[in-house]
Amino acid sequence: MATTRVLDTTGDVGAGDLTPGEQVSFQQVSMTYDTGTVALQDVSLPVRAGEFVAIVGPSGCGKSTLLRLAAGLERPTSGTVAVGSPSVGFIFQEPNLLPWASVRRNAALLTELAGMEPARRKERVAASLAAVGLDGFADQLPKSLSGGMRMRVSLARAMALEPDVLLLDEPFGALDELTRQEMQMQLLSLYDRERFTALFVTHSVDEAVLLADRVVVMSARPGRIAAVVDVDLARPRSLELRFEPDYVDCVRTIAEHLRRDR
Amino acid sequence: MTTATVTARARRAPSVLQIDLWRGLIRMGRSSIVPAAAALAGIAVWYAVSYLLLSPERRFLLPPPHQVWSLSLADPAHLDPMLHGLAVTARVAGLGFVCAAVIGVAVGALMNQARWLERGIYPYAVLLQVVPILALVPLIGLWLGYSTASRVVVCVLIALFPIITNTHFGFRSVDRGLRELFDLGRASGWQRLVRLELPAALPSILTGLRIASGQVVIGAIIGDMFFAQGEPGIGTLINAFRAQLRSYDLIAAILLASLFGIAVFTVFTALSSALVGRWHSSGDRR
Repeated sequence: MATTRVLDTTGDVGAGDLTPGEQVSFQQVSMTYDTGTVALQDVSLPVRAGEFVAIVGPSGCGKSTLLRLAAGLERPTSGTVAVGSPSVGFIFQEPNLLPWASVRRNAALLTELAGMEPARRKERVAASLAAVGLDGFADQLPKSLSGGMRMRVSLARAMALEPDVLLLDEPFGALDELTRQEMQMQLLSLYDRERFTALFVTHSVDEAVLLADRVVVMSARPGRIAAVVDVDLARPRSLELRFEPDYVDCVRTIAEHLRRDR
Repeated sequence: MTTATVTARARRAPSVLQIDLWRGLIRMGRSSIVPAAAALAGIAVWYAVSYLLLSPERRFLLPPPHQVWSLSLADPAHLDPMLHGLAVTARVAGLGFVCAAVIGVAVGALMNQARWLERGIYPYAVLLQVVPILALVPLIGLWLGYSTASRVVVCVLIALFPIITNTHFGFRSVDRGLRELFDLGRASGWQRLVRLELPAALPSILTGLRIASGQVVIGAIIGDMFFAQGEPGIGTLINAFRAQLRSYDLIAAILLASLFGIAVFTVFTALSSALVGRWHSSGDRR
């Protein structure tokens, strides 16, 4: 694949490191920060195109670092990180909106930085704002929005780029329970429509099972993959899923792994 | 008995709008009562000092308010030269302010772009604040002469520091998450500056400009006093009035200079709230 971006200790290199059908691949990745903290040790994780992978684990297990590596915000100390598309969206823990810019300008920011042509940009921004139900709020400033709505703007901003890969770093952690459920459904409907490859970091086992096809359980100090659990639950999914026996089994399995490997 | 009172009261009940109007007026009255009383008290003290403390032959030290008005402010022969002086001073202050703003914002922004520049410039920017400008004034006169150029230089020196430090602070306080967002979008240095750093730093820059606008008026009046060649500014006149013991003109000139300072500050407060008040709280008040 010509567009593959491969990160290793030397920076971007041209050759593809993905097997067919893979979209993201971590290969024996280790990450040690300047402070001496070992965030990741020998992590290997292939992710298929269109797959939804959730990563759970205790604080400090390096799960956010995995995402930052995939986004190119950091470089691994050793090993390689390969991403099959240049079009990568990132949802931070905070909405990270420009406080002086309207909802529309915020949603358009990444398309403008990417140099998308104005006509297409306008169309993409309008479509992604509509997709998250914010078309009526395009001219408002972020400060007049609720926490959930701000997160939606952040989602729309990432979706406007039509990303092949969406990286989400505990995006709903700061929201209240109801808003959080609303956002989970929002994300599921976007995923059902666009079928991007998703890497979703969370503290919540429930959230991971509700959203993902596969849940990666990590252990801390140093960050390693302790278990990978397949979630064989049909899509489209709804909140009702949480009361199904299969769902509960999955949650129990993952919770046990987390307890054992902490 | 009780029911009767209730109905009677209900009949006379004023509309909601009337109540709001009255409440608004009362609140306004309450909030301005104390400042107004303080102003009246100030004038009363002024009169008391003029008439009770000073004997008639020494009353010229503080003439009563109405004499300042009738002998100076209300008399065009006295007022016009003062207004002209004020215009000269305002021009010097304006020129100094523009120079200081351009240099200060540029330096403050540059310090943020390169660490070594920050280390090289910042200590000296701090130094600029603690150097007593008055001590430099004779040297400035020696180098640049005793007219307008030197007055402008004093203004620039006095206004530069608050602009540099506030701009620097504004650039430094750009949110880390927003910086990462621009990293993620592979933004160029120019895109970063124009779309993130300048707008984010604008409230701080405006705070710096507002402080500097007050300083620059002080600088211009000091400049007038020391560099009296050329057209007389209001500071030059204040010095002259003192020498001639024209106390009512002296007080009138001080009042005019103060009004000018207040006007400049008000304009900058309004500018601040117009530019960033929509999204930033610093523009709302102060």
